Amino acid sequence: MNHLDPVRHVRGESQYLDDVPVQQGTLYAAVFESPLAHGVLRAIHLSEARQAPGVFRILTAADIPGENQIGGIVPDEPLLAEGHVHFRGQPVALVLADTEHQAQAALRLIRADIDPLPIITDPRVAAAQGELIVPPRTFRLGDPDAIWSQCAHIFEGEAESGGQEHLYIETQGAYAFPTEMGGVRIISSTQGPTAVQRHTAHVLGIGMHQIEVDVTRLGGGFGGKEDQATTWGALAALGAFVVRRPVKLVLDRMADMRMTGKRHPYSSDFRIGLDENLRILAYEVTFYQNAGAAADLSPAVLERTLFHATNAYFIPNVKVTAYSCRTNLPPNTAFRGFGGPQGMFVMESAIVKAAETLGVSPSEIQRRNLLRENDLFSYRQPAEMCNAGLAWDTAANLYDLPKLRQEVDVFNQQNEQLKKGLSVMPICFGISFTKTPMNQARALVHIYTDGSVGVSTGAVEMGQGVNTKIAQVAAQTLGISPSRIKVESTNTTRVANTSPSAASATADLNGKATQMACEALRERLLRHAVLEYTLNYEGLEIRDEQVLAAGVPADTNWEKLVSSAYWKRVSLTENAHYATPDIHFDPVTNQGYPFAYHVYGTAYTTVTLDCLRGTYTFDALRIVHDFGESMNPAIDLGQIEGGAVQGIGWMTMEELIYNEEGRLLSNSLNSYKIPDLYSVPQRIDVHFLETPGHPRAILRSKAVGEPPLMYGIGAYFAVRDAISAFRPAHRPTFSAPITPEKALLNLYPSGVAEEVVRLASSTVA
Amino acid sequence: MLHFYLNNQRIRTDQPAGSTLLDFVRYQQHLKGTKIGCREGDCGACTVLVGELQPDGAVQYQSMTSCLTPLGNAHGKHIVTVEGINAAAGKLTPVQQAIVQEGGSQCGFCTVGFVMSLTGHSLSTKSATTETGLAAIDGNICRCTGYKSLERATAVLTEQLAARPAANVVSWLSEQQFVPGYFKEVPRNLQALKAELQNETSNQQPATSHQIVGGGTDLLVQRPEHVREVPVQLVYDQTNLRGIRQDADGRIVLGAATTAENLRASPLMQQLFPRLPEYMKLVSSTPIRNMGTVAGNFVNASPIGDLTIFFLALNATVTVGAPAGPRREIPLHELYSGYKTLTKAADEQVLDIRFTAPQPDDYFNFEKVSKRTHLDIASVNSALWLRTSGGFVQEARLSAGGVGPTPLWLARTSAFLAGKEITPATLAAANEIAQTEISPISDARGTAEYKRLLLRQLMFAHFLQFFPERLNFRELV
Repeated sequence: MNHLDPVRHVRGESQYLDDVPVQQGTLYAAVFESPLAHGVLRAIHLSEARQAPGVFRILTAADIPGENQIGGIVPDEPLLAEGHVHFRGQPVALVLADTEHQAQAALRLIRADIDPLPIITDPRVAAAQGELIVPPRTFRLGDPDAIWSQCAHIFEGEAESGGQEHLYIETQGAYAFPTEMGGVRIISSTQGPTAVQRHTAHVLGIGMHQIEVDVTRLGGGFGGKEDQATTWGALAALGAFVVRRPVKLVLDRMADMRMTGKRHPYSSDFRIGLDENLRILAYEVTFYQNAGAAADLSPAVLERTLFHATNAYFIPNVKVTAYSCRTNLPPNTAFRGFGGPQGMFVMESAIVKAAETLGVSPSEIQRRNLLRENDLFSYRQPAEMCNAGLAWDTAANLYDLPKLRQEVDVFNQQNEQLKKGLSVMPICFGISFTKTPMNQARALVHIYTDGSVGVSTGAVEMGQGVNTKIAQVAAQTLGISPSRIKVESTNTTRVANTSPSAASATADLNGKATQMACEALRERLLRHAVLEYTLNYEGLEIRDEQVLAAGVPADTNWEKLVSSAYWKRVSLTENAHYATPDIHFDPVTNQGYPFAYHVYGTAYTTVTLDCLRGTYTFDALRIVHDFGESMNPAIDLGQIEGGAVQGIGWMTMEELIYNEEGRLLSNSLNSYKIPDLYSVPQRIDVHFLETPGHPRAILRSKAVGEPPLMYGIGAYFAVRDAISAFRPAHRPTFSAPITPEKALLNLYPSGVAEEVVRLASSTVA
Repeated sequence: MLHFYLNNQRIRTDQPAGSTLLDFVRYQQHLKGTKIGCREGDCGACTVLVGELQPDGAVQYQSMTSCLTPLGNAHGKHIVTVEGINAAAGKLTPVQQAIVQEGGSQCGFCTVGFVMSLTGHSLSTKSATTETGLAAIDGNICRCTGYKSLERATAVLTEQLAARPAANVVSWLSEQQFVPGYFKEVPRNLQALKAELQNETSNQQPATSHQIVGGGTDLLVQRPEHVREVPVQLVYDQTNLRGIRQDADGRIVLGAATTAENLRASPLMQQLFPRLPEYMKLVSSTPIRNMGTVAGNFVNASPIGDLTIFFLALNATVTVGAPAGPRREIPLHELYSGYKTLTKAADEQVLDIRFTAPQPDDYFNFEKVSKRTHLDIASVNSALWLRTSGGFVQEARLSAGGVGPTPLWLARTSAFLAGKEITPATLAAANEIAQTEISPISDARGTAEYKRLLLRQLMFAHFLQFFPERLNFRELV
C-alpha cells in the first residue's frame, strides 16, 4: 500500500502550518530575544517600538495572566524572560503587528538593559561549579571496582560528540485563535499537542479544556518539536488570549536556529577493562551532558544515555554516571535517538581505543561481547528475543566482512593519496518511553453510515508514515479497503492526554489502540450480523469488505452491515485505550523492565578519504536490520535510509559552533551543513533480517524511527580507520563530528610547521 | 508595473521589483505549494521554474529558488509553480508518480522543490542521463534524507525521458502529461507579451540612487528588507550585458549579466577550461548557478567568492562605468580595498569582465574544500594558472580565498615560482612565502590553523594535478 500522504505532497496540496488560510484580523507576532547569554534583566524599553507602523501591542512577562512557566520535567523555564536572561535567543517580548514585516521591523527598536553575568558554555565547567539540572544518575551492574585488578587490559580515554541542529525544513510556528468561551484554539507544528495544551493553559491560568490544539502534519520534527514547539504555541496563544484576535507566529530560519535547542553535546570519560580473550569485564563512564539553560527534556535524554551506554554488548560489571550540566546555551532537547547515540559513541570509542592499542580489529572485540539471549542490561531487563548475534552474523555472511576488509587493505597498499576505511556498527535500542506512565494511547474510531471510517489518535504525522500505518491497521482489522479510512488531524478535543509522537513508539502505541477500537467495532458488527442475518458467530469474519460465514460469503457486505447496524441502534463509534503491558522501571534503584522490546542491527560503513584535501566520500553503507515483520517495507526502508544518513550527518559535517559569549556561529544553512544528495553513501544496502517480530510491536512490525540513526556512528569510525591507514602511529582524539577540518588536522598533526606560521605572522604584522 | 505569466495566468503587478518571487507566489497569489525553508537559496523548498523566451522563439526553463529571485526578474517570463503543472482530477505527472512510487516523499515539505527541479530537467532539450538527473536536484535538501529513494525516482525518469524527442519537446511532454497542454501556448504568449511591453515606456529609470540587482543570490540573502524597499535597477535581463565572446585582441569578454550557468555551458569556456563543469559543480547548486552572476560574485566582495578566485588566477579585469561618466578597466586584484569594500565607486556599474585566454600549453586548476563538498561555501579555495617549460615555471599566478579579508592574489608566491624547477623543495619554499601572504581567521568555516594547512594542501593539489611524474605525493606532504 502506498503511503497516503505523498500523493498530496507531490502536488503541493498537503497543508502545513503556514499554509492555513489567514483569518481576517490576524496579527503577526515576532519575538524579541535576549542579546546576551546571561545577565540580570533590568528593563525592557518598548516605547519606540510601540510607535512603529502597524504595531498593535507588545507583550512581556508582566502580561502573562497565569504562571510564567513552561518547564516540562523541571519547572525552570519561563515563557518570557523575567528577572534574568539565561541564553542568547531567550524570548523576552512578543510584538504583535498588522504584518510580518512590521513586526520584524519593530524588533529592531526594542532595547533591553541587561547586567552581564558570567557565561558558561562548557558542560565540564558547569559540573565543576555545581551547575546541575538534576542530581547525577548512576546505573550499575556487578562491581567494576572489584574487577579492575582482574583485567588483563585497561584503557581510559575521553570522547566528545557534538550537538545537532534538527533543521526540520518547516520551521517552528503556531497560529492561535481566540474562542467564544474565553479560551484559545491553536494550530501548532508540534510533536506534542498535549504539551502545548497543558503549558498554554498553565500560562493563561485557565483549564486545559479551554485550549484546543490541532495538528495536521509537520514538515519534519526529529525531536525538535517534541517539547520545543510549546514556546511558540504558548506565545501565539498568549497573544490571541490577551488581544482577542488571531495571532500567527512563524519563526524564520535563523531565529529558529538561534532560539531553539538541539541534540545535546556530550563530553565523557571512559574506562574499559578486558580479559586476555578480549571479553569486556568492566566498563565505567562519566557523561557530561550539555543541557543548556533549562531542563527541557534533558533529564530524560540523560537517562536514555545510561540505558544505552553499553550499546549491543553484554558487560558484567558496569558503572555509568551522567551529569546534566546547566550552561548558557538554548535548552537542548530531544533529537532522534534521545541520548542513546551519545552513549553508544563513547562505548564504541572505548572499544576502538582498546583495539588500536592491542593491535586487533575492533570487530573482534565487538563480536565477542555481543548480547546473547537473557543477558542482563545494567537496568536488569534481560535481552529477550535477542537478535544482536543474528544481525551480526547475517551481515558477516551476506556482505562478507573478511573480503570487505581485505579489499580495503589491498586498496590502501596500492594507493597513497586515497585511503579507505571500514567500520562495523552494531546497534541495540530499547522501544518505549522510559517514563513508564507515558506508554499509553487512545484511539477514537467512527464508522459513518456510508461505511467510511474516521480514525483519531494521538499520533502526529511528520514524515514517519504513522498515518499510513494506522490506516493499514484499521483497514486490516475491519477487513475493508484502506481507501475508506481517513486518519484525522491530531486534536486534543478528540483524543486527550496524549504522549508526544516520540521514542519510536508512536505507531506501536496508537496503532495498538486503533487495533483495539477496530476489533471492538468488528465484534459488535459481527454480533449484529448474527442477529440480523441469522449467522453463526463462530467463523464469522469480514474480508475484503465481504461478510464471510465459515469462509462462505453471507448475504451482506460492509456497507450493508454498517447501515443495518445503525438502524438497529448499534454504536458505530469506539474509543480504545492501550497501555503497554509488562513494563516498569524504578528510577530510584534504576532497575526494572522499561522496554517493550529491543531493536537490533548491524551496519558496515566504507569510506574513501582524500589524504591530500581531508575530504571523504562514503562508498557504501551496508545494513542488516531487525524490522520484525515489517508491516510497510517501503516506509520502513525510508526510515532506515533516512535515519542512517541523519546519523552520518551528525558524525561528519554537522558542526554546531557557539563562541564563548554563547552566540551561535553556525546560524544558517550556509554555515551549518546537513547531508545533500552527493554526500550520502554511493550505495546503501538494507537487508530485512528474518525474525518473527515481537508481539508487543504493532502487527509484529518493530519500531523503526530512531534505531537507524545510530548506524551513522560507523561513519566516524570508518573515517578514523582511513586516517590510521595514512598515519598509523597517530591516534586521533575521539571527537565527533569528524569534519574535513578534523580529518586533515589528524592526517597532518604537525600542521603547517610552527616556525613557518610564526615567520608568516611576523611578516604580515 | 511588472508583467509576466504565472502558470496559466497573466500577471500585472505593482509589487516592488526587489521583493521576492516567493512572497508574491505564496502571499499575493496564495499558491501554497511552494514552501519556505531557509530564504537563502540553500534548501530548494521554494524552487520554481522560470521560462524565458529565446531568440529562436522557444521557451527555455530554468530552476530557480524563488526566495532569492527578485520579482522584477520575472518580468516578461513564464513562472511555473507546482500548481501550474498539476494535472486535473488528482492525476499525477510522471515526475510526481516516480517520487510517490519510490517512496521519495516523507514529511513532504521539501517534496515540491524536488518535483519542480525534476520537471525542469524534463523540459530540458539536452539528453537526460543519470548525471544530469541528479544535477537537477543538487540544490534540493531533504532533511528526512530520503535521497536514495529520490535517486531511484530520478532513475525511473531518466529511463522515461530516453524516449523524449529532440524536437517538439513540449508537445511530447504534454502528451506524456509531464506538463499541462497550456505549455504549448506559452511561447506565443510570451512573444505577444514582449511585443506589448516594447510599446510601453520602460518603467525602469536607471539612476545613481538605485540599488543594482543581478541574480539576487547574495543581496536577497544579506539585505532582503533593503532591496524590497528601495528602487532597484535590474541587470539580469539586460541583453547588452549578456554573452561571452572572444575579442579581436584574443581576450575573452563576459557580459556583466553572465550567470555561473552561462559560464559553465559556454562552449568557448569549456574549450579553454576542459574541467570547467567539474569546477562549477563545486561552485554552487544548479538553481543558484542559474541565477547568480559572475559580476555579482566579484562585487559582493566575499573573501571566499569561488568565481573571484577563479578569475584572479587569470588576471582578469573588470570594466566599470558610471551612467554619465567614463568607463575604466580595473584589474580584478585591485578591485578590493578591504573586507567587503571595493575601489569601484558606488555609482559605477560592472559592465564586463575580460581576461586573456590561456595558451593551449598553459595549465589552469581550481580547487575548493568546504565542510560539505557540494552546495557549500569554501573553507579555502584556490586557483593556479601556470606557464612552464621543460619542468621549470616560466610564469605563475596563484589565488586563494578564505585566507584574508579579501580574495587574494598571492603575488609574491607567484613571483617566487617564476623560473623555478618544479620540485618538492620549490613547493615547500613557495608554501613558506604563501604563508606570509595570508592572514586567515578562525570562524564557522574553520580555524586559522586549518586554513593555513589547507592552503598548502591545495597548492600542492594544483601541482600534483599537473605534474604527477615530477612530484611524489608522500615526499611532498
